[in-house]
Amino acid sequence: MTSIPILDGEAALDREMKGLIAEVLGLDPDRAAAFGPETGLFGHLPELDSMAVAGLLTEMEDRLGITIEDEDVDGAMLETYGALLDFARAKLAEARRPA
Amino acid sequence: MISSWLCPADAGGSPREELLIAFDRARSARVLVLPAWFDEANKLRRFTLEVMRRLDRAGIDSFLPDLPGCNESLAPLAEQSLDGWRRAAEAAAAACKASHVLAIRAGCLIAPPALPGWHYAALSGPKLLRAMLRARSLAAREAGIFETSEELLEIGRGQGLVLGGWSIGAPMLRALETAEPAPGPAQRPVTQAMLGAGGGLWLRAEPDEDAAQADALAALIAQDLAGGAA
Repeated sequence: MTSIPILDGEAALDREMKGLIAEVLGLDPDRAAAFGPETGLFGHLPELDSMAVAGLLTEMEDRLGITIEDEDVDGAMLETYGALLDFARAKLAEARRPA
Repeated sequence: MISSWLCPADAGGSPREELLIAFDRARSARVLVLPAWFDEANKLRRFTLEVMRRLDRAGIDSFLPDLPGCNESLAPLAEQSLDGWRRAAEAAAAACKASHVLAIRAGCLIAPPALPGWHYAALSGPKLLRAMLRARSLAAREAGIFETSEELLEIGRGQGLVLGGWSIGAPMLRALETAEPAPGPAQRPVTQAMLGAGGGLWLRAEPDEDAAQADALAALIAQDLAGGAA
């Protein structure tokens, strides 16, 4: 990780996360752009197996400049797009808080 | 196109025959291709061959050797080490009379440093392990077993681990914990962004292909070779 990307504002985070999911699922960016908070992810999309989820989380760490611990990861945060976005937002706030 | 190469044995045993995919028309540019590893190897296999086909059409020979323990190899994966693969990569370069190397993702960890060439989206050992340990820990949790990456790593350092179905021996695992790609003086890093839009195919949940990305990587290599760079 060479730099923490500038992700000021909700729109930038939303764009980054949708872009990443589009890359993982091989989706047209337009389809991912239509994701809403209730759009189902893990469990709804059979192609999203544990290896793909692990790759997604590792890429989130790189792009958002966050660290995701094993105990952070649970089924609920991967259930919907909204839950994953909430998780990313909380992790970003944590990473920016001075130690 | 399908051929084989002889990989020297580590402990003075007889060499082993390993598979080699070769576009060999005895041209002056001969690129050794060191592919991605483990799960990423599957995701990037087609892309790798598509780049080789484009290089062939651009007048460039290329060679994709199986490393011991991979693909069709009779050697057990669990017995392979990082140093062993480095020696195998050197031996493959010599066997193919390679003039250049194209290393992909974790393949960059074993690129012969003296060869000019390209490191595409190099992946460090710690990042490779982090994703594979996380995948195992996620899969275990679905089965109601809680094992953390740190616990798994501790076990793996002593006895090796099966991660995502790949048997990784203790020496390989310990070496990967600190392995960083170190491009040689005439090896040029190629980032994903240099291949245009769309993410790296290793990120895809299922193996896929991307003709535009394969075009871009092959064109970049052909241009470097034409310009005398790399």
